[in-house]
Amino acid sequence: MIVIGEKLNTSNRRIARAVVERDGDFITAVARKQAEAGADYIDVNAGTFMEEEAQSLCWLVRTVQAEVDRPLCLDSPDPLVLARAAECHRGEAMINSISLDAERLQGLLPLITSQPCGVVALCMPTSGLPASAGDRVEAGAELAGRLMDAGVAPEKIYLDPLVQPVSVDAQAGVKILESLEEIRRRLPGVRTICGLSNVSFGLPRRRLLNRSFLALCLSRGLDAAILDPTDERLMDILLSTETLMGRDENCQSFIDAHLSGRFGTEE
Amino acid sequence: MTDLEELRAAVLQGDADAAVSVARNMLDAGGDLAKIVNRGLIAAMDEVGERYSRGLFFVPQMLRSAKAMQACMGLIQPLLKGDETSSRGKVVIGTVKGDLHDIGKNLVAMMMEGAGFLVADLGVDVPPDRFVLKSQEIQADIVALSALLSTTMPSMPETIRALEEAGVRGRVKVMIGGAPVTEAFAKKIGADSYAPDAGSAVQRARELLGGS
Repeated sequence: MIVIGEKLNTSNRRIARAVVERDGDFITAVARKQAEAGADYIDVNAGTFMEEEAQSLCWLVRTVQAEVDRPLCLDSPDPLVLARAAECHRGEAMINSISLDAERLQGLLPLITSQPCGVVALCMPTSGLPASAGDRVEAGAELAGRLMDAGVAPEKIYLDPLVQPVSVDAQAGVKILESLEEIRRRLPGVRTICGLSNVSFGLPRRRLLNRSFLALCLSRGLDAAILDPTDERLMDILLSTETLMGRDENCQSFIDAHLSGRFGTEE
Repeated sequence: MTDLEELRAAVLQGDADAAVSVARNMLDAGGDLAKIVNRGLIAAMDEVGERYSRGLFFVPQMLRSAKAMQACMGLIQPLLKGDETSSRGKVVIGTVKGDLHDIGKNLVAMMMEGAGFLVADLGVDVPPDRFVLKSQEIQADIVALSALLSTTMPSMPETIRALEEAGVRGRVKVMIGGAPVTEAFAKKIGADSYAPDAGSAVQRARELLGGS
C-alpha cells in the first residue's frame, strides 16, 4: 500500500509556526521522520495561510525536497495554488485534490494532463456530501470517467470515498468498505485512497479505531492511505495485514521487521 | 429519587423511553412546565455538555441524550405559551459559504436547543446574505458560524462584514468554531466568541447574552 504522511499540515499549530518562521530544520525533521517510518509520499498543506497559501506551500515543497528524497502530495482545494506548488516540485507529485466541482475540475485538468502525476479524486456528488456508498461510487465513477476522457491513466487516479465518523453514523465505516469494494469492481485499474482518522472523530482511543479501520480497508482493496506513519502500531498493522493478504513474498518483510526489533519484545 | 432526578438521569443515559415516561407522569401530575424544562431537561443537557467538554462523554452519548431531550420536548412544546419559548435567546447557525461539513455544526445546534435556545439552522454552504436575512427575520441574538476547512475560514469575516453592512452587527453577537478555527482567529476577524466544542458553545452563548 502507498503511505502518505499527513503531518506537514498547517492546521497543526506547531507546523504553522514553523512555516511562519520559515524554520526549515523543524519542517525537514518532521518530513524525514515520516519518510524513515515508511511514508512513500509526504503530504504538504498550507491552507491556513489563505493569501499566502501558494507562497508558503512552495516554500514547504522546496524545503522538504532539498533534504528528503520523497515525492510530495500537494494538498489544496485551490487549482492556482496547486499549479504554483507543482512548479516548485521535482519528480512526480500527487495532486490532492480534484472533485466534480466545475471550477476545480476545469482549473486542475490542464495541470494534471500536462505532466505525469497522481491525483486524489473526491467521491463528492455535486449536490453535497455523499450519504450512501452508492452516492460515493456514482460520483467517483463520473469523476474518474471525466479524468480518463481527458487522458489521465486509471492508475494515476486515487478515488477518495470520504470517510465520515462512526460516532455520528454507526454505518459510516461500512459505507466506506462497500464503496472500496464497488469501486474496485466497477472501475478496474483505478486506485483508492482514504484519510483514515476522520472515522474516529468524537470517540476516545482514536488511534486504536484508526488502526482497526486500516486493516478493514486494506481487506477491501484500499491502495493508499493518508495517515500518521510515525504511529508505530499503525504501521505494524499495515505490515502484518499485507503479509496476511499475500502481498509479502515469503513473509520476508514481516520476518525482517521482527528481527530488526521493530515489534518490541511483547507478543 | 425525585421525579426531577429521574428525568435528569434518563436524559443523561440517553434513554428516551424512560425520559418520556417520567416527563409524562410529571405533566399528568400537574408539574410545573418551566421546572420540568429548566431543572430537568436543560440541567441534564448542561451535565452532558460538561461531561463532553471534559472527555467523559463522547459524541454517540451526546446524540442519544439530545434525542431523549427532544422526545420530551415533543410532549412539552405544544403546552408552552408563545412567550415561554423565546426567553433564552435566538440563534442563527450555519456552516459558512463553500463548506459542506455539517457534523460539528449539528452538534452545536443540538446542544444549543438542549439549553433552551431557539435555533434556526441554515444548513451548510450558507452565503453571508442568508445569515443576514435570517438574523433580521427572527431578530436573532447570536449568529453562530462553523467552518471545517482552513480554505473556507475567510467566509467568516465575509459574513461578519455582511452583517455590518446590513446594520445588523450591533444587535447580534457572533460566535465561531470548527477544527481549524482558533481563539486568535476569532479576535482577528472581530467575532465576539470562539468555542472549541459543542459543550462549551452553550457556555459561550450564555456568557454572550449576559447569563451564567
